[in-house]
Amino acid sequence: MGLAKRIIPCLDVDNGRVVKGVRFLDIRDAGDPVEVAKRYDLEGADEITFLDITASSDDRDTIVHVVEDVAAQVFIPLTVGGGIRKVEDIRRMLNAGADKVGINTAAVFNPEFVGEASARFGAQCIVVAIDAKRAGTEDGSPRWEIFTHGGRRPTGIDAVEWAVRMEELGAGELLLTSMDRDGTRAGFDLELTRAVCRAVDIPVIASGGVGNLDHLVAGVLEGEADAVLAASIFHFAEHTIGEAKQRMAERGVEVR
Amino acid sequence: METVVVIDYSMGNLRSVAKALEHVALPAQRIVISSEPRDVAAATRIVFPGQGAMRDCMVELNARGLHEAILEAAVSKPFFGICMGLQGLMEGSDESPGTPGLGLLEGGVKRLPERDEDTGERLKIPHMGWNQVNQRGTHPMWSEIADGERFYFVHSFRVVPADPHVIAGTTRYGTDFVCAIARDNLFAVQFHPEKSQQAGLRMMANFLSWRP
Repeated sequence: MGLAKRIIPCLDVDNGRVVKGVRFLDIRDAGDPVEVAKRYDLEGADEITFLDITASSDDRDTIVHVVEDVAAQVFIPLTVGGGIRKVEDIRRMLNAGADKVGINTAAVFNPEFVGEASARFGAQCIVVAIDAKRAGTEDGSPRWEIFTHGGRRPTGIDAVEWAVRMEELGAGELLLTSMDRDGTRAGFDLELTRAVCRAVDIPVIASGGVGNLDHLVAGVLEGEADAVLAASIFHFAEHTIGEAKQRMAERGVEVR
Repeated sequence: METVVVIDYSMGNLRSVAKALEHVALPAQRIVISSEPRDVAAATRIVFPGQGAMRDCMVELNARGLHEAILEAAVSKPFFGICMGLQGLMEGSDESPGTPGLGLLEGGVKRLPERDEDTGERLKIPHMGWNQVNQRGTHPMWSEIADGERFYFVHSFRVVPADPHVIAGTTRYGTDFVCAIARDNLFAVQFHPEKSQQAGLRMMANFLSWRP
């Protein structure tokens, strides 16, 4: 027995409200991040991730208040991603009660930001989000490229090399999303997950494509991920976190 | 009225620690975040949290004149160290060679092993997530917490106390490392009770009712 593999539900928050339709019949207000976070906490979530998708930078303060409210009532680790571009953004999130922040686009445009953030706040709270998409190669061997802007803009950067560079700069953890699988419910890109997990010595969270409980198991056993992140299978109450843990335990994965 | 002071020396976010304490505090207990030595001296209980490196930790403590106040509190009233608040009690750390720690406990701080000592398997560092805590002996701080219960960890270094009698708990990550120490009115842990859901809140409540 040892360190448990983590299951992390992810909530998209727009202007202080949970979006992408969380459907819990027994929750009075499924748009309230506090209510939803409390529910996941009760079900046994190992951490909770909030992705702030608020379009206007004027409204970014709302996520700070969301984090404050959740952190006062839910006592498991909280990660906040989306719109983290400056050291000051990180400070505000951590002071509000977040344990980690996710950095994505800012890392691509200014990799040194990851180093600066890690030196200032400690590697343990810096999660670098990597959005990767398969790219063709002449010999047919697999290769993935980093994309920004929700998977719309290619950068030409190799995803595995990028993961190693982020580790060297001081990332404490990687959140790896397959843009090919995100939203498809076809399962993680296991080849991508494995390639990144084997290339780095920091924890990797697999993300993108979970459609059933066996996908979560595969992310750990075949993808070799340290944690698995999912949204819709939990939001629509298709499965509880408890069911996910039970399935993982049945397949020999150590869970809390 | 009891005053519980959470020591603030700019080493990480203390809000979660204070909120978790408030969540389980008795009506007669007030939770205060402070960086003032006189508040530490006047408090009935002390929580010493923190994240970061030993060198930064000691620089920040000294800048606020907290060094003496902490040494005094750690031998006179219920004192709960968390994460850096455990490591800082030692004599020094391999993370910051040349920087003395508070030296309340004999021994040092070493990096977690790169490989599992039995299997040779490569280990991810930081040790991040929920791991089992094996209690050693009985202690009021373990009250109503099952032996082997999981707590949330995030760290790259571990304490190595010279005196085995202070070991109150161990965890396995590549090796068995000390994750909790106890001596008289002092209890300190490597994991984060403020992020460890029910078991963590239970430990916070245990601290608030502990009468060493």
